[in-house]
Amino acid sequence: MIRAVVRYLDERSGTAPFLKKALRYVFPDHWSFLLGEVALYTFVILVGTGIYLTLFFEPSTATTYYTGHYLPLRGHEMSVAYRSAVDLSFKVRAGLLMRQTHHWAADVFVASIVLHMLRIFFTGAFRKPRDLTYYLGLTMLIVALLEGYLGYSLVDDLLSGMGLAIGYSVLMSIPFVGGNLALLLWGAPFPGKPDFESRMYVAHVFLLPILIATLLGLHLFLVAARHHTQFRESRRTTEKKVIGIPTFPGQAPRSLGLFFAVAAVLFLLGGLIQINPIWLWGPYHVAQGTNGAQPDWYLGWLIGALRLVPSFDVTIGHYTLVPNPFWGGALFPLLVFLILYLSPWLERRLTGEYGFRHLLDRPRDAPWRTALGAALFTWVFVVFLAGASDRVFVSFGVSYVGQIWVYRVLVVILPVVALFATRRLCLALQESERLGRIRKQAEAEARGEMPQPE
Amino acid sequence: MSALRRWAIALGVLLLGRKKRQPRFADRPRIVPPGDADPRAEWLVLVLLLFAAAAAVGFIVVYSFNHLAHQTQYLGLALGLAFACVAAALILVAKRLVVTEELEEDYPLPHPTTQEELEQLVEESGDRLTRKRLLLTGAGAAAGAIGAALVVPALSLGPLLDTGGFYETPWRRGVRLVDEHGKLLLLDEIEDGTFYTAYAQRADKELLGSPLVVVRFEPSQLHLPPKRRDWAPGGVVAYSKICTHAGCAVALFRKPTFPVVEPGPALICPCHYSTFDPTRGAKVIFGPAGRPLPQLPLAVDSSGVLRAAGNFSGPVGPSWSGVRSKAPRNAS
Ligand code: FES
Repeated sequence: MIRAVVRYLDERSGTAPFLKKALRYVFPDHWSFLLGEVALYTFVILVGTGIYLTLFFEPSTATTYYTGHYLPLRGHEMSVAYRSAVDLSFKVRAGLLMRQTHHWAADVFVASIVLHMLRIFFTGAFRKPRDLTYYLGLTMLIVALLEGYLGYSLVDDLLSGMGLAIGYSVLMSIPFVGGNLALLLWGAPFPGKPDFESRMYVAHVFLLPILIATLLGLHLFLVAARHHTQFRESRRTTEKKVIGIPTFPGQAPRSLGLFFAVAAVLFLLGGLIQINPIWLWGPYHVAQGTNGAQPDWYLGWLIGALRLVPSFDVTIGHYTLVPNPFWGGALFPLLVFLILYLSPWLERRLTGEYGFRHLLDRPRDAPWRTALGAALFTWVFVVFLAGASDRVFVSFGVSYVGQIWVYRVLVVILPVVALFATRRLCLALQESERLGRIRKQAEAEARGEMPQPE
Repeated sequence: MSALRRWAIALGVLLLGRKKRQPRFADRPRIVPPGDADPRAEWLVLVLLLFAAAAAVGFIVVYSFNHLAHQTQYLGLALGLAFACVAAALILVAKRLVVTEELEEDYPLPHPTTQEELEQLVEESGDRLTRKRLLLTGAGAAAGAIGAALVVPALSLGPLLDTGGFYETPWRRGVRLVDEHGKLLLLDEIEDGTFYTAYAQRADKELLGSPLVVVRFEPSQLHLPPKRRDWAPGGVVAYSKICTHAGCAVALFRKPTFPVVEPGPALICPCHYSTFDPTRGAKVIFGPAGRPLPQLPLAVDSSGVLRAAGNFSGPVGPSWSGVRSKAPRNAS
């Protein structure tokens, strides 16, 4: 049976040697190597649930009135898009499960990419020959953020509309060309031409998913072509040889098991924990806003940045040069990604290490990289927290204005603190390891054993 | 009957029988190292798989109900459990039923000779060309122009250069204010310290230039800029409802309950909490917005209806490069 299948394939494609190699491809074993796989499998679930949703969702901003069973919305004027999203939640059997699972999966997708990226960064896995792989991954992160944003913007509920208004304004705020770009994308001043919904739709269900899939394919190809990195676990792991378990039979059931575990978690979340109850937000109208609206978590850093910037536009006489949203909404994320993109190059320049690196550092082994990464991460995280300050105000009554002022100070101070504290911590860990080694050696000598060469 | 029994027994033997297979590749060295059997783990895997099947059937059953309370929850639970059981079974297989091998493989090396050969190949292929630079320039010109030609149709997406639309609003002298149901706003019906949303009569409500916030104060409380002294008949002020920061609706009104201790009245945008003082021409008093909310001059006609006495004091909505340079104009 197996023989017959293999013969059939090999005679027609000549791939038997390749298949054998692929089955015995070596995977080093470490839990943190699974984060990327989680992202991959979440993407699969996203595509699956997403296709299901497209079978019911109507991307149109034409006006209609709700006549369904959900009383609070009865008779309300709304777009066809919003009505079909409500209908697919209430009328289509399993529709709500698929919609919520899709939404949860989007949140998990970005989260797993970010964690994966942190792992890559703090272990120095982005060094040559894997810098290209890293750039592809970062690009996927950007596309994923945009894809998620478009996804919840399509629904045309109140939160969608507010999010779009902000996105439009951030685009408008780009010096000199912003207004023109916004007009080009939206087709007319906000809320734009009806075509804009179609544009978002084709981007969300076709262009960006294809882009992600392509980048993903290249990313995985490069990973396989250069093999995995590994931690320096024993004296056998070197820069020359990769050590681990083969794809088959060792890795396959683990990885497949992870896929089913991811699917299980996402469907349990989608079924049991409510997310984005669009029928509560209501349809979007330009003149409506709601207090305490929170976007999906992965946009929190941008909301926070928009909120932290004090009131000013850069103007020359009567001419506005740089409108305010540019700083928090455009420049801040651009800077963060620029630093991330430049990291491999910067590290090469600063350390003078141009060779191949297959062995991973533990974070403490590279104190400066770890410290700089921690500073960057702290910076983004403080801004992220600032995005939640209105929730803190509502829940705990801490003055909103007071919080914003505290964050404006912290956003400058904490990264510096993180930089030096992390470096000190790394050095301290190294030192304590060194002492441990010396003590062990001394004890061994005291027992009269031969000292172990390190 | 007896045929049925024989079939049942045969099936039982096939499924339950444990036969030691003859090694078929005994003449060759093993690829995968041998390991011990683990019947307990095998049973456990079997149980998990059966659980998964049961949960999946449960999903189908729940799905087949037309109206069922908490159907979404049951569906998610059933499908989630099915996947979770498969996941557990597979991990058990990985940990207990397949051998854990440790393989080594060399990290791949780059191919310097092939790299050189590739370079050579490309260079030699161009040997017959005598005007390489000129040809390359020509190719560049063709590629650039064709690329541009393919990109140009994208300009149909929107009016790229004409930003005039940003300045358009449905307001001009005499346009009446209506509420969201189209009812006229009368001066006498506007109460002190309450927050109203108004629109231009017979205009599209979904234009950024249309919605207003209307608030009434004691005329003595108002400190409008000198030029706007007569913009607030009876102490009623109207501002664009669209935040000048990033286009959200300014949906919150803070009315000081105890004017002595609380800060003064404020219009607040819930997106990034830009805070505007409606008694002082909607000046920004906190938050990121860079411009005040544009004010609409009001007038009252003989029947007591609120009307616009002109267009806004400045462009409506989020800012762009050049926003302050022009006054808004009427769209109709
Ligand atoms: S949109 Fe109003 S504060 Fe940002």
